Amino acid sequence: MSDFFSPAWSLAVGAFTLIGLLACLALLFFAARRTVVLRPDGTPDETTGHVWDGDLQELNNPLPRWWMWMFVLTVLFSFAYIWLYLGFGSYEGKLRWSSVGEYEEERTQAAATAAPLFARLAALSPQQLAADRQAMGVGERLFVNHCATCHGSDARGSKGFPNLTDDDWLWGGTPEKIAETIIAGRNGVMPPLAAAVGTAEEVRQLAHHVLSLSGGPHDAVAAQLGRGKFGVCVACHGAGGKGNQALGAPNLTDKTWLHGWGEQAVVATITQGRNNMMPAHAGRLSPEQIQVLAAYVWQLSQPVVKAPP
Amino acid sequence: MTPVPPPALAGAGGKATTIWLYEKSAKIYPRSVSGLFARWRWAVVVLTQLLFYGLPWLVWNGRPALLFDLAARRFYIGPMVLYPQDFIYLTVLLLLSALGLFLFTAVAGRLWCGFACPQTVYTEIFMAVERWFEGDRQRRVKLDAAPWSLNKLWRKGGKHAVWIALGLWTGFTFVGYFTPIRTLWAEAFTLDFGPWEWFWVCFYGFATWGNAGFMREQVCKYMCPYARFQSAMFDRDTLVVAYDTARGEPRGSRGRGTAPKAGQGDCIACTLCVQVCPTGIDIREGLQYECIGCAACADVCDDVMDKVGSPRGLIRFATENGMAGGWSTARMWSRVWRPRVLVYGVLLLAIAGAFVTSLALRLPFRVDVVRDRGALARLVDGGGVENSYRLQVMNATETVQRFRVSADGLPGLAVAGPSTIELGPAEARWMPLALRVAPETAASQRPGAHPIRFTITVVGTGDAPAAGATRVVEASTFVLPR
Repeated sequence: MSDFFSPAWSLAVGAFTLIGLLACLALLFFAARRTVVLRPDGTPDETTGHVWDGDLQELNNPLPRWWMWMFVLTVLFSFAYIWLYLGFGSYEGKLRWSSVGEYEEERTQAAATAAPLFARLAALSPQQLAADRQAMGVGERLFVNHCATCHGSDARGSKGFPNLTDDDWLWGGTPEKIAETIIAGRNGVMPPLAAAVGTAEEVRQLAHHVLSLSGGPHDAVAAQLGRGKFGVCVACHGAGGKGNQALGAPNLTDKTWLHGWGEQAVVATITQGRNNMMPAHAGRLSPEQIQVLAAYVWQLSQPVVKAPP
Repeated sequence: MTPVPPPALAGAGGKATTIWLYEKSAKIYPRSVSGLFARWRWAVVVLTQLLFYGLPWLVWNGRPALLFDLAARRFYIGPMVLYPQDFIYLTVLLLLSALGLFLFTAVAGRLWCGFACPQTVYTEIFMAVERWFEGDRQRRVKLDAAPWSLNKLWRKGGKHAVWIALGLWTGFTFVGYFTPIRTLWAEAFTLDFGPWEWFWVCFYGFATWGNAGFMREQVCKYMCPYARFQSAMFDRDTLVVAYDTARGEPRGSRGRGTAPKAGQGDCIACTLCVQVCPTGIDIREGLQYECIGCAACADVCDDVMDKVGSPRGLIRFATENGMAGGWSTARMWSRVWRPRVLVYGVLLLAIAGAFVTSLALRLPFRVDVVRDRGALARLVDGGGVENSYRLQVMNATETVQRFRVSADGLPGLAVAGPSTIELGPAEARWMPLALRVAPETAASQRPGAHPIRFTITVVGTGDAPAAGATRVVEASTFVLPR
């Protein structure tokens, strides 16, 4: 696989590399010798032959010969290097080394190192995993690497990103359901329903009815007027507004408001709909990792005091 | 170097020839030497090697007392557990070493080079092995010139076998600083080293064999940077190995126990000072950059002076000023307290004091606070605001420690959720954490970032509760949304 437009480029680069290395050798050879003038008595004078300002001479203070051989060795090393590794045009090198290959190898090694641990953890139930200090250490690191960007390091979420530490679950809070969510991702869709509800005022009244379900502050008159419109919502949120975990439809009667509370937020939800997405992680995490991570997320919402106060 | 004749310039009619700017370095056969300084050198050899070979075997609380665990990034030094975050201590240690070198170079020249440098120390050991197998100077010169024979083969072979064994033991010990040496020792019997352990044992062994067996003075002359910049620390009051020209010259031979002839100096031109020199120089030509200050020439000359019945000290540690003025030793030493030495000394003492104080006052744990980047702030329960953080808590002891986290900086700022964490011995963990303010605070304070402080307190060590006096305060910010 070549990055060059034509093989000629690769050949040219290879030729330059080779010429450069040979030039280094030639330079070493020629620069190691000097032509100097003989003294009248026939011995060479002790200078390198350089003269500056008419009379300033450089004395020859020879370096040891092994020093020069070290230079030669570095050049020979270069030849070995471009034979074994990349560096000679588009030639891949005898060892066929690549950064991707090294990465894959390290991944394989890491997986092999962690295999005994995961083999032990695979036999444990979610409850046992939650009580296993080592498993929870693994779960915590996986969470920080893969989940914390959206759900926060403390898993308490943010606007639009669910809080994982409470007992309110959109798609179900059992370890199995959580694993399912991690594997395949979730896509919570609410269509825009303003047209089905009616006028803007009617949407406002419906919003106040929704707000009244959880006992929050609301306009009681508007809520009473909006009650009749709730039929639009029943299909997903249920007759009592308790939601439906099979559809990911939120419970409207609790105090959890994923997309904000108050008239403005609820009106916006009814008018524009919502499309909330969690990506699938099956390709990023191994099944063993998902098992541990699901147990970690599950125990976050369990009323267990983990450390002494 | 011979005096340079007047420049024979091009066009002067001289004939030309080609010379090499590299030369085959002549092998040096230093003659063995005994005396005061040789004994000092051997004392330092024994001391430094006891330290180097012995330290990794010491045990503290069931683990090596000195272990630099690179894979786990923990550095165990006696009772201390250091983290990569403690790198500053290594920097200070290097600073102290450098200043230490400067100080005694200013006082007495290349003491380090001549007595304590590993290059000298291992060369000394290797030369002793060489002498044992091949004899002293003359016999070595003869042996090298002789054709190969069974005798030569056994002497050279025996020398190299011991050298290689010494080199491998040195490499093994070196690796023993980075991996528990007792495990390594067990692995050595089954040749069960890992690839990197093999590499470093062999590489370090090879370097020891090559440097102490072959390179020797070449390392000091051509490779060592310290040898080249030490002249910056020298002045005319620095003690160096010096030949007393006024007393010694003009040199000339004379019989044992006879006084110098009229007009003759004390030097009997026996050239022993040249024969013992490990760098092959003639100290009588004055201070040279090759001189490593080992004082072998001083030792051997004292012996000769004893034999011919002249006073010792024709070659001795003396300052340039002292030699020129014929000063007594006491007078030369009185010039030690000069500004250069005082500045080096005060700096050395100050940094050493700060180093020890800092280690003594070092807290048993470290904390780093990192704000979550995903979200600045979140609204909860009817108007309250939360910010989330991650605290990296590092236990720098080998007992279990429990910590409590609190925060202040805004009215009613509190940790939402559990605020304690327990860390195992030498463990580092991330602690996810949220801080919360009540709706009234969120409404009354200006929006934007507010400076806050985390306080992390030790509440328990091992099985016992702690008084709670040890704490770390870390600054961060808390964001209130608009």
